[in-house]
Amino acid sequence: MVNFLDLIWLIPLFLAAGAVLMLLLGRRLDPQPPSEAALAPGVAAGSGEHPNAGAHGAHPAAPWRFLISLLGPGTVFVSLILSLGAVIQLAGLPERVHEVIKYTWIPAFPFHTADGGAARLAADFGFLLDPLSAVMILVVTLVGFLIHVYSIGYMGHEGGYYRFFGYMNLFVFFMLTLVLANNYLLMFVGWEGVGLCSYLLIGFYFHRKSAGDAGKKAFVVNRIGDAGFIVGILLMLAVFGTVRFLDVNAALADRQVETGFGVLSAMALLLFVGATGKSAQIPLFTWLPDAMEGPTPVSALIHAATMVTAGVYMVARSSALFALTPQTSFLVAAIGAATAILAASIALVQNDIKRVLAYSTVSQLGYMFLAAGVGAYWVAIFHLYTHAFFKALLFLGAGSVIHALGGEQDIRRMGGLKDKIPVTYRTMWIASLAIAGIPPLAGFFSKDEILWQTWSSPLGSKALWAVGVVTAFLTAFYMWRLMFLTFHGRPRLSEETARRLHESPPVMTVPLVALAAGSVAAGWIGVPKIWTWFGEGFRLFEHWLEPVFAAATTRWHAEAGAHHHHHASTEWALMILSVAIAAGGIALARHLYVVRPEAPEAIRQRAAPVYDVLYNKWYVDEIYDFLFVNGLAKGGGSLLSRFDSAVVDGGVNGTGWLTRFTSSISVWWDTWVVDGTVRLLAFTVKMFSYPMRLLQTGYLQSYALVILVGVAVALGYYLVR
Amino acid sequence: MLHPITSAHYLVLSAALLLIGTIGVLTRRNMVVILMSIELILNAVNINLVTFSRHFGDVHGQIFAIFVITVAAAETAVGLGILIALFRNRETVLADEVDLLKW
Repeated sequence: MVNFLDLIWLIPLFLAAGAVLMLLLGRRLDPQPPSEAALAPGVAAGSGEHPNAGAHGAHPAAPWRFLISLLGPGTVFVSLILSLGAVIQLAGLPERVHEVIKYTWIPAFPFHTADGGAARLAADFGFLLDPLSAVMILVVTLVGFLIHVYSIGYMGHEGGYYRFFGYMNLFVFFMLTLVLANNYLLMFVGWEGVGLCSYLLIGFYFHRKSAGDAGKKAFVVNRIGDAGFIVGILLMLAVFGTVRFLDVNAALADRQVETGFGVLSAMALLLFVGATGKSAQIPLFTWLPDAMEGPTPVSALIHAATMVTAGVYMVARSSALFALTPQTSFLVAAIGAATAILAASIALVQNDIKRVLAYSTVSQLGYMFLAAGVGAYWVAIFHLYTHAFFKALLFLGAGSVIHALGGEQDIRRMGGLKDKIPVTYRTMWIASLAIAGIPPLAGFFSKDEILWQTWSSPLGSKALWAVGVVTAFLTAFYMWRLMFLTFHGRPRLSEETARRLHESPPVMTVPLVALAAGSVAAGWIGVPKIWTWFGEGFRLFEHWLEPVFAAATTRWHAEAGAHHHHHASTEWALMILSVAIAAGGIALARHLYVVRPEAPEAIRQRAAPVYDVLYNKWYVDEIYDFLFVNGLAKGGGSLLSRFDSAVVDGGVNGTGWLTRFTSSISVWWDTWVVDGTVRLLAFTVKMFSYPMRLLQTGYLQSYALVILVGVAVALGYYLVR
Repeated sequence: MLHPITSAHYLVLSAALLLIGTIGVLTRRNMVVILMSIELILNAVNINLVTFSRHFGDVHGQIFAIFVITVAAAETAVGLGILIALFRNRETVLADEVDLLKW
């Protein structure tokens, strides 16, 4: 029997190997046909991203291309198997925690913590498998695998095939590093890595300026959050002297709940700033809708399995910390609720199929933070997990629609597609019901649990609950607006598009069906407590995560005191209300977009100001442009340039003048004193040597004569003597 | 009546050759002639050596003369070699036209 628990470090490693192989060798295996490599494919087809959909088989497949198709999803599959094995074995452990430390990354570096105690900065390449990371690796590898398989079909006719799979593998690698890390520093490595990969993949069609800009925007906005995160980690290091999860949690166990805004609140707040960046919450959510510039499978990967879930995971991972800081927790809940309703309101009026889904993701992430903020961490993770299925399905379904329409993304130019692409339609239908929260689909269980916890938790409030319910209504409405506009009603396609309309190949539809099955069944392991007739086995999810959040949950209950008893009847009533509201949203969407298709236009004209605000996304991008890009960056730029020309340049010029002045003195001294002395010496020597030089005639015979005379003199001397 | 040739005669001949050679070296411009003049000097020495060898009945002088002839041959070979190299460079064999080696 293989001990999978000790092999968890292999789970990310396989993907790193795949990424390295493909990025280094991919170009050899899959040489780009010159036409595709040179021509910008996205530009060729106009607005759409999927230009070659109509030209099936035009590309003569490179002989080794299938290797990439095998390697890309294959590595994820191996990781999935390893993850499954490890999680099954983890369930058998009594304490349900397993830590594998492979190498020392930062050797112990002694320093003093804030309270004067001695501590050592140490971090390992260590991996921690506990129920929380177990859920995460299963979601990441399973959904990631399905998205990879789908990409074989979706990206099959695009240039840069190897580059795409290389980046995708790298993305999943960093995400797995993030969730499997046993300390905050290694987690931060994965955190930055997914940021990098999102930049690479959003800007995949780099020849299109908007894609490059969107990539940069994602990267820069994420950096703002990351700055908060790293400062939070450093603060944690300064206070606790460690960044290892288990040590931090042990240290937190000795702390009291903070009533005011203390160091723990600051720490939690900084971590949350990081989470708002990665998980697209107010105020840093603007990058996510722009991320739609990437290929659709990338959107699915970013929105469902990786990247945006990182923030929720990190807050859940730090639950012991957030549990001690009610004020920060309230802020988390408030930001989550505000983001949920803001993004949902924007999604109401967007016309790009992927943008609607993008805002939907932002909104659903808001739900997750709402849950985390009211202390229901397991519910946040539960929603993360169900959301992964139906949001991946929605994105891949949208990709399939775009693929079928040859790059069309505007839902106003769709309609009546339900019989033309039946598999896509049916699977998306399931996903839309799931996200709207209709029982017994996955979204119902997690969303209902969030609303119930918001109502009943000691940290929650009726106001937050109301926001959540309104958001649920908006969610049902905008999702079914999308469905009805896309699949129902009169076809509004151009003739050219209609002629080429076709269902996607099986390699794309099979992942859709698999995800649809997940969207139906994923919630059945987290049924509400009041559904007693199902037994505790159907509440597996909560029990599974209990050990991870035990510390935090105990705190909340101690805080709240014993007097927080809610009647089952209240929960029933709220549940029925939320389902009714979701159904109402669907019904309203059907009324407006199927029964009376002329109504939305009339409403739009009557409520033009509201519509404009929503359509322009509450002008958040414009406000940021004004405040930060123009106000701060450009204003700061002009200030800097003035500083530059006055102080820096002045300093440089002054120094230059001074140097020239001193050097002119030096030149004078050199010319007259130093050179003068040397010349005088040389002149003297020359003068004295003049008579001697006359002897040196160069004539052979004069020397011979001298020899003769010399001999004569010498001889004469000896003879005469 | 013939007078016998005595050592003094030889020495006079030797002195004459030495004088002619020395004057040749000091006055002639052509370096070939200078080399020939050096040969005259050396031969004067040789005669001198052989004369005294006969005079004292000691064979060492004659052996020494043969050494001198040998060295003279070598010296002439080297001298002519230098001369040819000089001619190739300067197209002259006149000693007073080769006066670069001075201040």
